[in-house]
Amino acid sequence: MGAVKPSNIRNFAIIAHIDHGKSTLADRLIEACEGLESRDMQEQVLDSMDIERERGITIKAQTVRLEYTAQDGEHYVLNLMDTPGHVDFSYEVSRSLAACEGSILLVDASQGVEAQTLANAYLAVEADHEIIVVLNKTDLASAEPERVKQQITDVIGLDASDAIPISAKTGVGVPELLEALVKRISPPVGDKAAPLSALLVDSWYDAYLGVVILVRVRDGVLTKGMKVRMMAAGTAHTVEQVGTFQPKPEPGKQLGPGEIGYFTSGIKEVAQTSVGDTITSDRKPTDAPLPGFKPSVPVVFCGLFPVDAGDYPRLRESLTRLKLNDSSFHFEAESSAALGFGFRCGFLGLLHLEIVQERLSREFDLDLIATAPSVVYRIHLTNGKVTELHNPVDMPDPVHIDHLEEPWISATILVPEEYLGSVLKLCEDRRGEQVSLGYAGNRAVVTYRLPLNEVVFDFYDRLKSGTSGYASFDYEVEGYREGDLVRMTIMVNGDPVDALSMVVYRASAESRGRALCERLKELIPRQMFQIAIQAALGGRIIARETVRAMRKDVTAKCYGGDVSRKRKLLDKQKKGKKRMRTFGKVEIPQEAFIAALKMDGD
Amino acid sequence: MQTNDLGVYVHWPFCLAKCPYCDFNSHVRDAIDQDRWHRAYLTEIRASADRAAHLGDATSVFFGGGTPSLMDPELVAGILDALAGTIGIAAHAEITMEANPTSVEAAIFKAYKVAGVNRMSLGIQALDDGALKFLGREHSVASALDALAMAQSTFDRVSFDLIYGRLGQTVDQWTEELSRALGFGTGHLSLYQLTIEAGTKFGETYAGAAPAGKDPKSGFSLVDDDIGADLFEITQTLCDDAGLGAYEISNHARPGQECAHNMVYWRSGDWLGIGPGAHGRLTTPAGRLATTQHRSPDAWLNAVESGGTGALSETPLDGAARLEESVLMAMRLTEGLSETRFTHQTGRSFENAFGGVLPDLIGDGFVEMADGALRTTAKGRLVLNQIVTRLIGAS
Repeated sequence: MGAVKPSNIRNFAIIAHIDHGKSTLADRLIEACEGLESRDMQEQVLDSMDIERERGITIKAQTVRLEYTAQDGEHYVLNLMDTPGHVDFSYEVSRSLAACEGSILLVDASQGVEAQTLANAYLAVEADHEIIVVLNKTDLASAEPERVKQQITDVIGLDASDAIPISAKTGVGVPELLEALVKRISPPVGDKAAPLSALLVDSWYDAYLGVVILVRVRDGVLTKGMKVRMMAAGTAHTVEQVGTFQPKPEPGKQLGPGEIGYFTSGIKEVAQTSVGDTITSDRKPTDAPLPGFKPSVPVVFCGLFPVDAGDYPRLRESLTRLKLNDSSFHFEAESSAALGFGFRCGFLGLLHLEIVQERLSREFDLDLIATAPSVVYRIHLTNGKVTELHNPVDMPDPVHIDHLEEPWISATILVPEEYLGSVLKLCEDRRGEQVSLGYAGNRAVVTYRLPLNEVVFDFYDRLKSGTSGYASFDYEVEGYREGDLVRMTIMVNGDPVDALSMVVYRASAESRGRALCERLKELIPRQMFQIAIQAALGGRIIARETVRAMRKDVTAKCYGGDVSRKRKLLDKQKKGKKRMRTFGKVEIPQEAFIAALKMDGD
Repeated sequence: MQTNDLGVYVHWPFCLAKCPYCDFNSHVRDAIDQDRWHRAYLTEIRASADRAAHLGDATSVFFGGGTPSLMDPELVAGILDALAGTIGIAAHAEITMEANPTSVEAAIFKAYKVAGVNRMSLGIQALDDGALKFLGREHSVASALDALAMAQSTFDRVSFDLIYGRLGQTVDQWTEELSRALGFGTGHLSLYQLTIEAGTKFGETYAGAAPAGKDPKSGFSLVDDDIGADLFEITQTLCDDAGLGAYEISNHARPGQECAHNMVYWRSGDWLGIGPGAHGRLTTPAGRLATTQHRSPDAWLNAVESGGTGALSETPLDGAARLEESVLMAMRLTEGLSETRFTHQTGRSFENAFGGVLPDLIGDGFVEMADGALRTTAKGRLVLNQIVTRLIGAS
């Protein structure tokens, strides 16, 4: 495999809303180009994680090099980037797009434009891509290609008149799509003779190869054995293996301008590579690094604690291993009186959080408690300093706080008209400010500004239940705004329960506090003492509930034949105690925390 | 202080019908070959006597079941003779038999007395025919009272059981029923709050009614805890007024009428278990042992006939187990847990074992130290399971 002429290369991404058939289309394209023997073919080849295949979502960007002989007789190399559809991973989407010249915008011909279609289409427009509109699932009786084309034109503003109808499931339309890729997407431009300049698109840890680095070459040639320099990191490495994904890694000799492929160089940790960095020749470096990316910043935080304290070392090890392949995920040790030792973790969003939690329980077999998700607040102190608050427990004394700022998002929601009322109400209840309201056919397109802390708190669940699952939702963080926020503390017989502290909007503090106290009253079993459950803002109690003392817990009969059995029962109780947390004299079952943290807002 | 008492428990595993609340080892059979069982008991007694040779004469014998009043008086006499001839039975030993209060059984009370029984415990359970039906009993209130009169005229010491906290029972109803019961002048009463046990007919019927957060398998009562507490409290008041104060959670007696045999259990003394499923505790030079016999009647019978003993297991009790049993049992008693006895049984002082929780439990009025013993207060008795869990958890 020598370097391919840039004019015979097409680099493209597939962007779509979740479930619109992106990974299935990728499978058909790979098949059509005979990228895999059919015995190696499995559903959604590119989704390598079980969790991706099961949930039908792509988490990491994936890439595959396809060999295609077009109708003009020319031989082309098509580099396909499969991108994550979800908003939490829009950062990964934009860097995949930066490595390509064009995109397939895949839209389900029955469902039409959804929130992520919109968000991802805008990213492609920003990246200056040639966009090929493809309507999928046109073989279904419910398909309405004409209506959806009109919708794409109305809502996104793209000309959809030459949209290609396909069925990714049956393969109908795939040959036409392959031709369109060759004809409509521009070939990459690059100078083979110039110094090497390649974009570090992604990197991950592979058990056999060490850290694998995905690159897109702009100028020059990346060859096996050459010494490369990472311009931002300032480190130099010797290229050990260079190759392409077809879709399995195939080692070759070099990568030329316009090509997408990988190299390895004995790097042990993903943290040593920084996505967006420019890779150049150590001996003959380029003087102009490529425009990089902003690093991804976690916006949602929560505490993760092992249910069994003995699992703490295993949790740490598991988080470390996850981080190997997910540089956007952050964690640091945290200890809680309620939940013991655990970690404060930062995520790109709620789906990211959910996925990490699921991977921990699935791949690492850990039983975890997650505290309520919170966002990053900016605290302006009276001494003029500004600090970031990742954990409500760390909130300074209010007397030292001048004001607080919270992140706001711009949210786009697409919903069938009949559910619009419930969406508007939800957004208004969550302090939303309407930006726009329009229609695309029978679907409403609503844009709201919302405080992120109102969204991390069961917003998705509410949105789904209020719209029978028909609403689609996407958002981006817009910036920080001052907010009238207070920390609400929950106290059990006067002792604060750290795991239940939360930062809330002052006007909703009372109703939230009351709801939480009522819930805890149901969840905390009666004990030998009366238990006061209070919600407080600073020293002011805003809600109170009482768990009355248990009146009777005594075994009626216990004779000689019963004692062994009763002793076994005691042993069982003792084991149950491990799952109890003690506050003063009060014992609270861990289940109560989990249930309280899951509760909804009103 | 080592208790020098030695109890012998003899289990008769058969009943005419299985009661829906009962999780004891009881079975219903069409025909029982009493001669064959007679031989088997004698064989087992010989084997047990070897294990208890160092413990002195038995101070109590208890025929439990099942329904031991279905045993032929000759069988009872034969067992007592065998015990007297091997282990030995002390001169003033308490010999109790459990009986159903039916006319058939009452007719042979005298024969049991001749056989050596000197204390009768009747399973009257309720003084309300509807309640007796609910509880699956085969007798009526009228026949129960006849049997009680017969027992009281035959034996110096009589006890009967009542079950309260039945479905829908109110404090007023129970007050009336218990007052009537106390009017018979009986010297000992066992008053149990109905508990639904797993594996019983009630367990199946009422498992779905287990309150949220409670495991139906762990047993729960049919009245809620608040009413249960009210019923318990009125029980104490009425019995105290009648001169039958509680000496254990569910047992009431005139002074001197306490069941000596059950006291052996609650003070973690030594007892031999004879018959199917019988448990025993024996202090031996090698340490304290928990013994069990084969549980099913047929398995026990076969084991005895082929191997000379129905013994199934002998488990040494380590320090933690001894401590748990000591606390679990003695805290049920009004006299409480004697520190001297506790130290003798476990090698630990209260301070050493419970230092972490005792000041709070005392300070909050759940337990008190008196006469060298740790005992529950009236308030603590109602939440004894919690107290026991804390004491053992601290140890």
